[in-house]
Amino acid sequence: MATDAERAEAATQKRRLDDDFSALYKAHLRDVYSYAYYRVGNHHDAEDLTEQTFLQAYRHFERAQRESQGRPLRPWLIRIAHNLAANYYRDRSRRPQTAIDDAGPLAAAHTTEGLVEDRDDLKRILECVQRLPDDRREALIMRFALGMDNREIARALGRSDGATKVLLHRAIRQLEELVKDAETGNA
Amino acid sequence: MSQSFDIEARLKAALAPIEPPEELALRMESRLGTLVELAADELEAWELSAMRDPRNWPGAAIRPAAAVIVGVGAGAGLVVLRTRRRRHKRRAQAHSALDLAERTLRDVGREALRVFEDATPKR
Repeated sequence: MATDAERAEAATQKRRLDDDFSALYKAHLRDVYSYAYYRVGNHHDAEDLTEQTFLQAYRHFERAQRESQGRPLRPWLIRIAHNLAANYYRDRSRRPQTAIDDAGPLAAAHTTEGLVEDRDDLKRILECVQRLPDDRREALIMRFALGMDNREIARALGRSDGATKVLLHRAIRQLEELVKDAETGNA
Repeated sequence: MSQSFDIEARLKAALAPIEPPEELALRMESRLGTLVELAADELEAWELSAMRDPRNWPGAAIRPAAAVIVGVGAGAGLVVLRTRRRRHKRRAQAHSALDLAERTLRDVGREALRVFEDATPKR
């Protein structure tokens, strides 16, 4: 039977764990949502996927924290979202038919970038991203939407650093070809 | 190389991070808050459920039983010791072996009663 001291210690540990999870949630809500949005292509399903990701993360947080040995937990979170998104497509037997909601990024933040001001150009890029194989598309989303480095992407996808580097390189090359074809009307 | 840079810049612009809707953040915080409260309640109920778990019963039952056995053993030892202390007086007073046995039994009963009274909390 637990003594008062043991119960107090367990309660303290639980509070610390909840505080850590709250910090993780606040730090990465935007990352998970961005990933989910670019995976499923609409806000409604992205919200659903984000909620499910954090609920699942909460269930396994203690173990993940213990096993991470101080490494960042963002790849772990994104891996959960990645698995849930795979189930989402499998269960509903679908893939996003259009690149992205028009009410999404095309209508908002992009015009401030200055690098690419043409809305049609952004739309074309996103459509080409959606035509990539799943693993290449995901690697690009992680790199460019979330700003993850090779090592983080490798952990999220369960691949080696070298394989991830090759994956990203091939994804960019293929995207270049797709964009070129789209711009010259060959698509 | 310049083309590669170009496509990466365009990708970065196209895949800009998306701010989650405010209502999602509020809903998430509410759901996580509920989960945290449920987990705290679970911790409170932990000891109670541990008592209900049959796997914890042997330990819980053996400890009081062992205490009773030790107490009874100590009491019996005390009765024997006190009774033995009066054995010379009993032999001197006894008329026969039967009388000695009766006196010994009476002493055992008297001492057992004293030990029992000493162990019973006074009101």
